[in-house]
Amino acid sequence: MTATTADARPPELRLPKRRGVELSLLIGAVLISVYGYASVGLARNDAVPPDVAGYGAGLGLLALLAHLAVRLRAPYADPLLLPIAVLLNGLGLVLIYRLDLETPRDQAATTQLVWSTLGVAFFIAVVVLLRDHRLLQRYAYLSVATALVLMTVPIFFPAVNGAKIWIRVAGFSFQPGEFAKILLAVFFAAYLAANRNALAYTGRRIWRLQLPTGRVLGPIVAIWLLSVGVLVLERDLGTSLLFFGLFVIMLYVATGRTGWIAVGLLLAAAGAFVVGSLEPHVHSRVQDWLDPYASIDAGLGAGQLAQSLFAFAAGGMLGTGLGLGHSILIGFAAKSDFILATAGEELGLAGLTAIFLLYALLVARGYRAGLALRDPFGRLLSIGLASILALQVFVIAGGVMGLIPLTGMAMPFLAQGGSSVVTNWIIVALLIRVSAEARAPHPGRTETGVIAPIVEEDPPDIGHHRGTGR
Amino acid sequence: MIRCIRRAAAFCLLLLVALLVNAARVQVFEADALDSNPANRRTTIERYDQPRGNILVGDESVTGSKDTGEQLAYERTYRHGPLYAPVTGYASQTYGTTLLENAEDGVLSGTAAVLAPIPLWGDLTHSRQPGGDVVTTVRKAVQRAGYEGLAGRRGAVAALDPQTGAILALVSSPSYDPERLSGTGSSVTDAWAELNRSAGKPMLNRAIRQTYPPGSTFKIVTAAAALDAGVVEDPDEETDTPSPYVLPGTTTTLPDEARGCENASLAEAIRVSCNTVMAHLGVEVGLKGMVRAAGRFGFNDDDLKIPSHVARSDFDTDMSDDQLAQSSIGQFDTTATPLQMAMVAAAVANGGELRYPHLVDRVTDHDGHTVRRQGSDTYRRATEPETARRLQRMMVDVVENGTGANAAIDGVRVGGKTGTAQHGVDNTGTPYAWFISWAQNPDSGRPAVAVAVVVEDAAADRADVSGGGNAAPIARAVMEAALAESD
Repeated sequence: MTATTADARPPELRLPKRRGVELSLLIGAVLISVYGYASVGLARNDAVPPDVAGYGAGLGLLALLAHLAVRLRAPYADPLLLPIAVLLNGLGLVLIYRLDLETPRDQAATTQLVWSTLGVAFFIAVVVLLRDHRLLQRYAYLSVATALVLMTVPIFFPAVNGAKIWIRVAGFSFQPGEFAKILLAVFFAAYLAANRNALAYTGRRIWRLQLPTGRVLGPIVAIWLLSVGVLVLERDLGTSLLFFGLFVIMLYVATGRTGWIAVGLLLAAAGAFVVGSLEPHVHSRVQDWLDPYASIDAGLGAGQLAQSLFAFAAGGMLGTGLGLGHSILIGFAAKSDFILATAGEELGLAGLTAIFLLYALLVARGYRAGLALRDPFGRLLSIGLASILALQVFVIAGGVMGLIPLTGMAMPFLAQGGSSVVTNWIIVALLIRVSAEARAPHPGRTETGVIAPIVEEDPPDIGHHRGTGR
Repeated sequence: MIRCIRRAAAFCLLLLVALLVNAARVQVFEADALDSNPANRRTTIERYDQPRGNILVGDESVTGSKDTGEQLAYERTYRHGPLYAPVTGYASQTYGTTLLENAEDGVLSGTAAVLAPIPLWGDLTHSRQPGGDVVTTVRKAVQRAGYEGLAGRRGAVAALDPQTGAILALVSSPSYDPERLSGTGSSVTDAWAELNRSAGKPMLNRAIRQTYPPGSTFKIVTAAAALDAGVVEDPDEETDTPSPYVLPGTTTTLPDEARGCENASLAEAIRVSCNTVMAHLGVEVGLKGMVRAAGRFGFNDDDLKIPSHVARSDFDTDMSDDQLAQSSIGQFDTTATPLQMAMVAAAVANGGELRYPHLVDRVTDHDGHTVRRQGSDTYRRATEPETARRLQRMMVDVVENGTGANAAIDGVRVGGKTGTAQHGVDNTGTPYAWFISWAQNPDSGRPAVAVAVVVEDAAADRADVSGGGNAAPIARAVMEAALAESD
């Protein structure tokens, strides 16, 4: 089952590892973050913040440790993943620090830095301890069991701002649903990898849709329904939308049946309509989306979404400059769900585009690793993890910018939120791991360079490489 | 599987494109509409995030700004708030701006184009300049003399430099402290409610925004009309006027309070304030002539700005002869602001040439460099120079030998005209006491000041109310202050 990277390979097949590139990019990412931090201070107090050196050193140290872990344990990993994560996390810290200036009684940057450190620690742990991503395949059912438990626990804790998705222990609150994302992606990947042929080629055919047998499809649909159901109970609609999309994408990639997309979209539309019209919390969100200015017309002032749109508009093309916007007017979720509005106001469309491109690059690199890998589990896992990022960015960014109804979710790495930042670091660690596997030279593999994947029709059974390159 | 991954990737790309297009929609195409949404507080916050420029009287600033550390950072403060409120108005975070604070808001808040180092600078950089200062034409001593002269009674004073149109004083009483309205919160809303409830209407700028029947002070306009129209050739020649005078087309008689008005000359009629003579003269001049004459002095002008808008002073353009007769002595529908009547006095003092009244001498940027200077503009030629000379002589006679004796100043040439305006249903209200005047130092070739004073609730005993008794002493104090400062 395992083909470790430790296999001896001919020296002439050695690929560029590009760890030096990664280090240079990391230095750039840290410098950009430090520059942002200093520029907030200059804009607000005409002085560089006194702790800018500490901030830079802290972020730099985290980046360096992560880099060393990658260099030692995943030398062939994609060199873009870590710098993008560091840059987004650093930028997030700058934005939260900047918003802290408006809320003297609510300081979040330090806590976020602690969580980021924890996230990097998890990153290092994953990179160092997980020698081969295929190990995870063994723990598919443990993963899904843990995920369901994690998602169920918050039901027994009080709701915060209308959603029961938090666990509060000793002053720290954390959102177990965040971790469940990874665990569920692992389970989906393992199950679909093991059963994908059965899913694709057996069962009855109805019109143009090939239905798999209930025995194969049943368990995964049950688990998926359960998780989405729990989230709906907890009113965590962003995450349930995410799980839905994740499931449909992974099922489509695993089976290659376009029909699943159609079914998925139909179900999503039906579900969204039912929930949107029946559930009051969601209904108000949909109303907000349809008319963000209703509360203004009613003489009640601007609502949260209208304030968010005002912030984006105030940024325009080039932004007001860090520290010079007024996105704090958005109110209580400014540092979490709405952090992108601060980025949009102070960095403008230019900065926002850059941030979107960073996410796109992260997603693209995950997809590329999936393409280059040959084991279906690894492929599905990397596609799943990358899709989590892509869907999450779309759902939250589309929500705060009035493209789709707003659902509370954290912008990966940018937003305030401990569980979120830790989860995202683990996702990046897993992507590092799979990309290292994808880019590592393999014995017997026809070397076609790093970029071109091996194009093959996958063998029905997993675990053996019967390379039949084109 | 590969193909599916590529398609899934294409789907992700589609999501990215949707986000970018949507971002451009919000941040570029809809940005202007969102920026100008009234519920968007950014404009307000930016407006108050720097200290406001100041309004100066002489070289002393009568305003200030304090940083409250709140979201709307800078609040307006006022020195001698009640004294200068009719000049400055208020700049409130809750209720907006009025008067100079309103008219010169662009300069004070730093958005005015004249403050930018190069044209379109602000548009290019999205930046604002520090607030500029507005230097008024008001003289501290003159303003104070008017304010203390009224001593809290309801009324107003307007003083002009006849030769330039510069406003030397603009007093309204009772007054209020605009600082009470500066910020936000319940203390401001409470102050607002209290000021609006107050019977004395302290926020009403009586000098430029309240009109009163001008009473006998309007006889100067009628006299000017009669002289300019040639109805009166010689002011000292007897007129053919009965006393009392039956209003044309009616059986109503118009009495005189003064004695010896029957067939009195124009000069005599002005000196002792004969109603009959002046009403008769107005009818003889005719509606058209009277409307033109009043218009030359500034009546019926909707667009007078100093730069704050001045309420329109009215002389009806469509009247019967009996109404015209009453209007010619400043009754019926004739109304005037105190500033308007100061303009009448100023036109006479300045040889018939009326200068445009203005309150702002110059505007400077934050560093004190003048960026705009108000020149002296002719408003209209109110009368012929010869007419003005004759009117001057008659007005001097009022002070030296007539009803305006209380305005006399030793060694100074003072011309004046009293007025007691009836008002209320059947004239039951306490009459308004008016006095308009001008003064010239004997060794000076030019008049120093023209003043109009109105006192609303002049005295408890109605019989004592008269322009000469109540308003003239205030005018004298104002003129003395202006004379002391001139030359």
